[in-house]
Amino acid sequence: MSTRTTIECEGLSKNFGPVRAVHDLSFSVKPGLVTGFLGPNGAGKTTTLRMLLGLVRPTRGTASFGGVAYKDLPHPLATVGTALEASSFHPGRSARDHLWVYAIAARIDRTRIDIVLEQVGLTESAERKVGGYSLGMRQRLGLAFALMGNPGVLVLDEPVNGLDPEGIKWIRSLLRELASEGRTVLISSHLLSEVQQSVDQIIIISHGELVYDGGLSGLDVAQRTIVDAPNRLALTAALTAAGANIASLSSGLAIAGMTSVQVGEIALKAGVALSHLATEHEGLEKAFLDLVGEGGKP
Amino acid sequence: MRFISAVHSEFAKILTVRMWWVLLIVLVAYVAFTAGILAAVFGGFGDKMVASGGTVPKIPDAALPPLIYSVASSIGYVFPVLFGTLSTTTEFRHQTLTPTFLSQPHRGTVLSAKLVVLAVVGAIYGIAALVASVGFGAVLLSATGHGTGLESSETWALLARVVMAMALWAVIGVGLGALIPSQAAAIVIVLAFTQFLEPILRLVASFWEWTAGVGKFLPGAASDALVGSSVFTSLGGMSGETQTLDWWQGGVVLLSMAVIAAAIGYLTTWRKDVT
Repeated sequence: MSTRTTIECEGLSKNFGPVRAVHDLSFSVKPGLVTGFLGPNGAGKTTTLRMLLGLVRPTRGTASFGGVAYKDLPHPLATVGTALEASSFHPGRSARDHLWVYAIAARIDRTRIDIVLEQVGLTESAERKVGGYSLGMRQRLGLAFALMGNPGVLVLDEPVNGLDPEGIKWIRSLLRELASEGRTVLISSHLLSEVQQSVDQIIIISHGELVYDGGLSGLDVAQRTIVDAPNRLALTAALTAAGANIASLSSGLAIAGMTSVQVGEIALKAGVALSHLATEHEGLEKAFLDLVGEGGKP
Repeated sequence: MRFISAVHSEFAKILTVRMWWVLLIVLVAYVAFTAGILAAVFGGFGDKMVASGGTVPKIPDAALPPLIYSVASSIGYVFPVLFGTLSTTTEFRHQTLTPTFLSQPHRGTVLSAKLVVLAVVGAIYGIAALVASVGFGAVLLSATGHGTGLESSETWALLARVVMAMALWAVIGVGLGALIPSQAAAIVIVLAFTQFLEPILRLVASFWEWTAGVGKFLPGAASDALVGSSVFTSLGGMSGETQTLDWWQGGVVLLSMAVIAAAIGYLTTWRKDVT
């Protein structure tokens, strides 16, 4: 394994004709952590990852691993291990041969093939043609390809996709283990809930732009107060007068940006009797969806 | 070092998928069959038919062995060109360009390695096709009392040029595949051009002198010129006007086509974003 390597993106942009797929994206991914790269489908995640890896040429900006662009890495597979979402296998080739072909090109020792096949649990099926593999097995083979060079950086696109619950558990502990060894681990997903148990840091993009870069805890700020009164009209009038941001629910009113104490005081002053007053934590998933929702920006 | 690894990897790609021997078997069977028929018609049966008053194209005895042996390339060239095309288009079709460029980010290195490997594979196809055409042809020729020509160094030079032509065709295929990454489209174009369009063009071109001057640069004609004999040129030669290039000019035409196709393919599809 090579030394601790940081992934750096500087002003990365990509236009496909008139479509702005990724715009001015800058972030860095630190070693020793699992970083989640999140965004809804079509947000530009895969394009960004492919730009990192030199597969897609950026319209502007640069991407590097420890300061070196992917195409200039002397030993690319031994520096960065990659599993991209598209299943890039020749269906008529066995899993072992698939790994062998690319081990030769990347000058990786042949003994690594058996090791990684064992690591991802494909030893038994290694001689079978990949065309007959299930989605879960293809994911495992993709991961074997990523691990083959024993790289210090791992870039995995939707690694949880297609895995059964047991496989998901397995990959979570594998990712943790890889990060604890000092590797830089970047995993993409369109679902926060899918990765929230395994990531330390998250980067969220929407419509090709960065909307969040930081820890998981920083995301859980969204909370609101749910309040209701028998005389809901009077309550609404009082809160409106106090400048509250009100959303009407069937079960009452949702007030964003005010604590339950503040809402209670407004009601008391207005002499409105309350039937319900509570603080609601909207949760990470809601915070995530708010960030990436229509408009894209918080 | 990087290039050698890339070459080695391209060989591994070919050997780990069964396409190479499936096409090879069909090539050998096809060439053996055609060479056998030609040797039988122009050799044994031809003599009998002439004796019984029938008409058979009269081909001098000395021209028979080259005509029959060169079937390996004059008929068989479609196999290396097809295999070369497939070796490139399959990378687009199965998206294996992704792991390929991840393990070797220098795309020009990958394409050059493919060209080298396919030249070798094409040569091997050529040798296998010759085993079929010379094997069947020589046996039938000597069985019908004709010379096999195998004692002549000219015949062996011709066989060497067949191998060279087959190697060049495979390299042309790689370039074509890079130019036309859609596998289905590439196969249709290769087959339609080599099996249908070009034979017609060659025939039509031979009607007038000025068109014949252009027609000799058609790839199949250039290939036959490189080899120095072909069932097409032999039969055409009796019917009318033909012009052929020198053998080395034929080789240059084929090599130029391979280089131009590969260069344009590299500049267009090969350097494109892999999505």
